[in-house]
Amino acid sequence: MEGLHHDTILEPSATDSDKKKGDPKLEEKEKALPNQESAEDFSTSSANQSLSAEDKVDLYEKMLRIRRFEERSLRSYQQGHIGGFLHLYIGQEAVAVGSVSMLGEDDHVITAYRDHGHALAVGMDFDECMAELYGKKTGCSKGKGGSMHFFAPDKNYWGGHGIVGGQTPLGLGIAFALKYNNKKGSCLCFMGDGATNQGPFYESLNLASLWNLPVVYIIENNGYSMGTAESRHSAGDPLARRGDAFDIDWSVSNGHDIYEVRQTISDALASAHENCRPSVLEIVTYRYRGHSVADPDQTYRSKEEIEEYKTNKDPLNLFREKLIKEGNITEDQIKTIDNRAKGDADASAEFADASPYPDPSELMDDIYWETDNPDKKTSQGTMFFETPA
Amino acid sequence: MAIITYREALNQALSEEIERDNNVVLLGEEVAQFKGSYKVSEGMLEKFGADRVIDTPISEAAFSGLAVGAAMMGMRPVVEFMFWSFCYVAFDQIFNNAASVRYMSGGLINVPIVFRGPANGGTNVGATHSHTPENFAANTPGLKVICPATPADAKGMLKAAIRDNDPVCVMENTILYNMKDEVPDDPDFIIPLGKANILKEGNDMSIIAHGKAVHTSLEVAQTLEEKHNISVEVLDLRSIRPLDVDAIIKTVKKTNRVLLVEENKPFCGVDAQIAFLIQDQAFDYLDAPIKRVSAIDAPQAYSKALENVQIPAHDRILAKAMELI
Repeated sequence: MEGLHHDTILEPSATDSDKKKGDPKLEEKEKALPNQESAEDFSTSSANQSLSAEDKVDLYEKMLRIRRFEERSLRSYQQGHIGGFLHLYIGQEAVAVGSVSMLGEDDHVITAYRDHGHALAVGMDFDECMAELYGKKTGCSKGKGGSMHFFAPDKNYWGGHGIVGGQTPLGLGIAFALKYNNKKGSCLCFMGDGATNQGPFYESLNLASLWNLPVVYIIENNGYSMGTAESRHSAGDPLARRGDAFDIDWSVSNGHDIYEVRQTISDALASAHENCRPSVLEIVTYRYRGHSVADPDQTYRSKEEIEEYKTNKDPLNLFREKLIKEGNITEDQIKTIDNRAKGDADASAEFADASPYPDPSELMDDIYWETDNPDKKTSQGTMFFETPA
Repeated sequence: MAIITYREALNQALSEEIERDNNVVLLGEEVAQFKGSYKVSEGMLEKFGADRVIDTPISEAAFSGLAVGAAMMGMRPVVEFMFWSFCYVAFDQIFNNAASVRYMSGGLINVPIVFRGPANGGTNVGATHSHTPENFAANTPGLKVICPATPADAKGMLKAAIRDNDPVCVMENTILYNMKDEVPDDPDFIIPLGKANILKEGNDMSIIAHGKAVHTSLEVAQTLEEKHNISVEVLDLRSIRPLDVDAIIKTVKKTNRVLLVEENKPFCGVDAQIAFLIQDQAFDYLDAPIKRVSAIDAPQAYSKALENVQIPAHDRILAKAMELI
């Protein structure tokens, strides 16, 4: 899809061929990506061949549930129930669900601020997530983290991090701890294309390769670093090639095909598990909504561009069509799954709405382990210098 | 009880804790083969191996963040900064990630990590290598901050920091590394964080200090007693956050006059908070305004001629103390 990952709106009068001529990176990217006309069929590849019909329907349902949850959260935001930022993942669902579906007991996940999809993919439930968005006591972080900071360490899910690229060394540390403890595991560290220009990412790549750490950096390239198109934010293409500088295996793959995502992750996990080697995976995807919902979204890309993706590459539509064609899902099932997702999303909004806000006294909880565990306190002295009345 | 240097005391603390707990590792620039830029970790690579004493590239953001990630997973990493000044390129990892993850996860994730290294001026290394960020760190809820001033404190407080379940910033001082004093041998010798220490008792005036300023203050106290017949109490804060507010108020109520001394810069420095606490909690006990001596408010100078003026020295502290009488 030409133009997708490049700024088309700045030169509205340019013809398609002009655009292509003016943007050499696009041609390179297209070379790196599998040709769409003869796109490889990953449905029977090693990562997918043993999937049962039930497994496949489950993958579809997980993707759909993320979308319905986020659509509901958008309504709640518009109704004024949710404050701050709301970075929606809609359009990218196959990446989180496909990736997480490949993970084993000692595989871990960390991501950036567009984290609802990954959180739901690892199994966090609608209610705790929606309540967190509402800033309620029943939220997954008791209303202290918000949209960008969902965590579930019991599900090997380490957030949810707000500073672009700031999670890249943390993912490295998770991989370090796994190796230190002789676990045959890995850490999938998700990031956006914009994060590839932050220094700590390169420092992390250097250490990952130098120390042979089982970390998989997944660049979810949705084409835009907030409102800045890839062609305006990054020199050198594809982005994943930057792994070359550190002797790290890299690849570019499609994010709209969940089978392809699973195969890509499967290969990287094998490298992490068997050889303790890192990978850099650029998975090309697209977000339908703005950077956050407060984003005007019309200054840097066209409606046509968004529509084109929705029409031709929507990961849910494509997968649903495949499942129908494969005879793995019925129209009735599709309806049931959708109704359940919508119903659960509505119910989570009701749950969040009915939940209490945290008490002002809870401002002082969860800051230090020690102040939360006064019976095991070893330090003395004053820890806080202004507290609620 | 042996007489050892501040440097050896740190080495003992690190070695004993690495020996005691398999989750403890030391990592940083030149800590292993080179034996530490200031030889704090001398002999540790040979003793504990490269899995526990880990040389890193010059890459503070990555190895600080790596250590935070490992701490989230239950390890207890000790990160050495060659200078605390270098933490500025790892600011996000310390001040966002280490300090805030517990809060933002609603208490689900702990970060039992130690960041340590020297944080001092006075060695003619210029502005970029002479920062004293104890006030920055203490301004960030989620972090603990200590500034041990003696060999025994260096050992007992570093051990407490490593055993602590929260992130602790340990700010040492290169000028104190050679200081010798008695240090207990007991492998469970711990000095709790947040406990100030009266190093000298007195009745006419209190000097409250932390870090190397404690030692300059002790010299001034001696001069005041010998030459001016003024009895001075010297309180070493030892820990900035948690802060021993009770000990501060107690000495002020005893002497009714207080001088605050620090090598931190003045604006929003540690002593600005202490001065507020004293006037708030002991105003009626003050017989004179609170006085304060800090580093001169300029970027740290290279030249000895300038830096000697910049850091609170005996005569400048003495002159300020005399204003209180």
